[in-house]
Amino acid sequence: MIALALKFTLLYGMVLMLVALGGMFSERSGIINIALEGIMVIGALIGVIITRELQGYAGFVQVSVSVLCAGLAGLAYAFLLAFASINLKADQTIGGTALNILATAIAMVIAKRVNSVGGKLSDSARLKYSYDAFVYKIFGVTVNVFLFIGIALLIISYIVLYKTKLGLRLRACGEHPQAANSVGVNVLGMRYTGVLISGFLGGIGGFAYILPSIDTWDFKNGIAGMGFLALAVMIFGQWHPIKIFLAAMFFSIFKSLANIADSVSFLAKLRWPKEIYNMMPFIASIVVLTLTSGKSRAPKAEGIPYEKGQR
Amino acid sequence: MDDYVIEMLHITKTFPGIRANDDVTLQLKRGEIHALLGENGAGKSTLMSVLFGLYQPDSGEIRKDGKTVHIKDPNDANALHIGMVHQHFKLVDVFSVLDNIILGAETTKYGLLKKDEARRKVMELSQRYGLMVDPDALVEDISVGMQQRVEILKMLYRDNDILILDEPTAVLTPQEIDELMEIMRGFAREGKSILFITHKLNEIMAVSDRCSVLRKGKYIGTVETKDTTKEELSRMMVGRDVSFTVDKAPCKPGDTVLSVQGLTVPSKLHSNNAVKGVSFDVHAGEIVCLAGIEGNGQSDLVLALTGLEKASAGKIEFCGKDITHSPIRKRALAGMSHIPEDRHKHGLVLDYSLENNMSLQRYFEPEFESLGFIKQKKVHSYAEKLISEYDVRSAEGPYTIARAMSGGNQQKAIVGRELDRRTKLLVAVQPTRGLDVGAIESIHKEIIAARDAGTAVLLMSLELEEVMSLSDRILVMYEGEIVGEFDPQKVTVQELGLYMAGAARQDISAASDAAARGGIANA
Repeated sequence: MIALALKFTLLYGMVLMLVALGGMFSERSGIINIALEGIMVIGALIGVIITRELQGYAGFVQVSVSVLCAGLAGLAYAFLLAFASINLKADQTIGGTALNILATAIAMVIAKRVNSVGGKLSDSARLKYSYDAFVYKIFGVTVNVFLFIGIALLIISYIVLYKTKLGLRLRACGEHPQAANSVGVNVLGMRYTGVLISGFLGGIGGFAYILPSIDTWDFKNGIAGMGFLALAVMIFGQWHPIKIFLAAMFFSIFKSLANIADSVSFLAKLRWPKEIYNMMPFIASIVVLTLTSGKSRAPKAEGIPYEKGQR
Repeated sequence: MDDYVIEMLHITKTFPGIRANDDVTLQLKRGEIHALLGENGAGKSTLMSVLFGLYQPDSGEIRKDGKTVHIKDPNDANALHIGMVHQHFKLVDVFSVLDNIILGAETTKYGLLKKDEARRKVMELSQRYGLMVDPDALVEDISVGMQQRVEILKMLYRDNDILILDEPTAVLTPQEIDELMEIMRGFAREGKSILFITHKLNEIMAVSDRCSVLRKGKYIGTVETKDTTKEELSRMMVGRDVSFTVDKAPCKPGDTVLSVQGLTVPSKLHSNNAVKGVSFDVHAGEIVCLAGIEGNGQSDLVLALTGLEKASAGKIEFCGKDITHSPIRKRALAGMSHIPEDRHKHGLVLDYSLENNMSLQRYFEPEFESLGFIKQKKVHSYAEKLISEYDVRSAEGPYTIARAMSGGNQQKAIVGRELDRRTKLLVAVQPTRGLDVGAIESIHKEIIAARDAGTAVLLMSLELEEVMSLSDRILVMYEGEIVGEFDPQKVTVQELGLYMAGAARQDISAASDAAARGGIANA
């Protein structure tokens, strides 16, 4: 039972953390990334398709190529957000929302195309795949490769954000872009960097969500709200990598309740419908954000298109 | 031939609707302190932004050491060792002092930031030039004076030897200004060249070697400071003679308009009260000035009077009515006008047009509204009227977005809005902060005209010169209490200074009684 709880908590925790870290890079550079949900969908779709294509190759090849492709697909999709909000100075929230809606539609069309036989578009957007190459058993606990990828990316994210030139400049652009520009920092370039990193991490996060636990996914459902939950994790985690990790773990406990409710005796006795458990993380996010968001400190310049001449 | 490090020749820069620089030439010698003088909106900041690479000139040429250079962005400027301290500091609040200094000029090892070396260099510069900073403090936690030292260190860290300072003294206390001037002289002795934007004539006379003057975007001339006078400079700047003294008729106090009794206001910064049981009256037709060193409760007192903060005890009577707990709108409708201390925070909606800002106090009156709709034409014509009466200059008239206007014109817009109502009491807080002599003169005139028309004026100012020349009565505040009441005719600046510093105080009840009898108490 504990092993099961741990498995799901780690699984969801890594997903939420990866996507929230992505959101963090974008927002720290000054661009609100509400498109995380859509980015996850695209990342998941491309990752799954590549995995299907690579059946029969060595496990290492399958994992590395499909994860990389999922990330790159998310990055490419995030490019749309970057272009709209940085070059066209579009409203970032509206742009992000549009991308979310678009992503599910794109994913359905492509998934149906993949399923179709003989030139006729299939009715089902449900893709089947095998996750064998991604899952291992260590000391009786089933873990998947994303645990290691996640921890590695967490450490890398922390170092990049706080210990490198890129991180210092990126954070300056999210707080006071005029100041950054006055010392020669390329604000638009930094914001592109932030959004594209968020696309990469978000794409991997989407893939990590659907792949290791089940062997089929219906893209009609998009990514089931995980992207929005990741936004809550990012805010609860105060745009800080380590706090985001802890926040992700906190939320994933609620998320995994649904998966373990049947097998935990005292929860099973309650006989709550599954929907209650599915609601848990969202209810938790409402409660937590209501209690903490007053104190939260978002990057000061996020959401504001950068204009050079502004006083 | 003179040894010019920087020459800006025939620079022209046009913005939509405004020619900010029109054939301007500026030549900077090695090791000199060169003042750039001009009214608000004369194009000084634009010219400096061109030199710093933030704007590209439409025409003209920039030379460094006699060679033509193209400065496309701040990196180019930096490569030519040109550094700039902007009027509004370009510092990231949540970064440490050290991070702010190294931002954009970071040193790395294996891709990681190498801060030890940077810290050593910053501390060495800090000691060498007497620029004391705490490298680990967050910028949001340090004083404005220290923030400016951080900005100067940013330039020194980049080995800049052409230093542009955009209105560096506007935010400093008199002591900090003296320190800054000493530091500037030190730079000049080392052969660094300083371009120093200001509209304060005293500072130019005190510290600069030469001075160039701009007026409405045009170059007027360059003079040697030692061969000129304040009068000549101000004539060059404004284009006419400016009087430094304020002409006003003797004060004829009327009825009590504002009566404050035992007012206590809690502090936002600490658990003590910011204002401790203060009592005073302001009569129709007199200017009462609250003097004091910043942070002695004057601002909190004004916030409580205008309704922006709540008083915890005491009573405010306005025209005989108790308004201690009245909402702001009610106070305004009763005839209280307020020129706020922070014009960006409390004076204007920065992203609104000028016309909408000007009708902020009146848009709900029948003249400007019917059936819940705003009469845009009326608002527009009203704004045009105020703009011409108060000489508010902007690029697109009533349609200009307030944020895009210069500080002086933003202030004139507020003064116009606040005075053009049936005002019984004007509460003016530092109404001329950061303005040039021309704008100061016109705002002073407006305030005196209001007084002569029977308005009671409560003025809060940190500038002693302004306190002495404008007021009919001076109240000195120290640590939340009124410690002295004076007639400006019978007191010296030095004497006021003693009270402001807390070194002397009057018996206030006696003073108030004396004032009530029409006499003036002396310590």
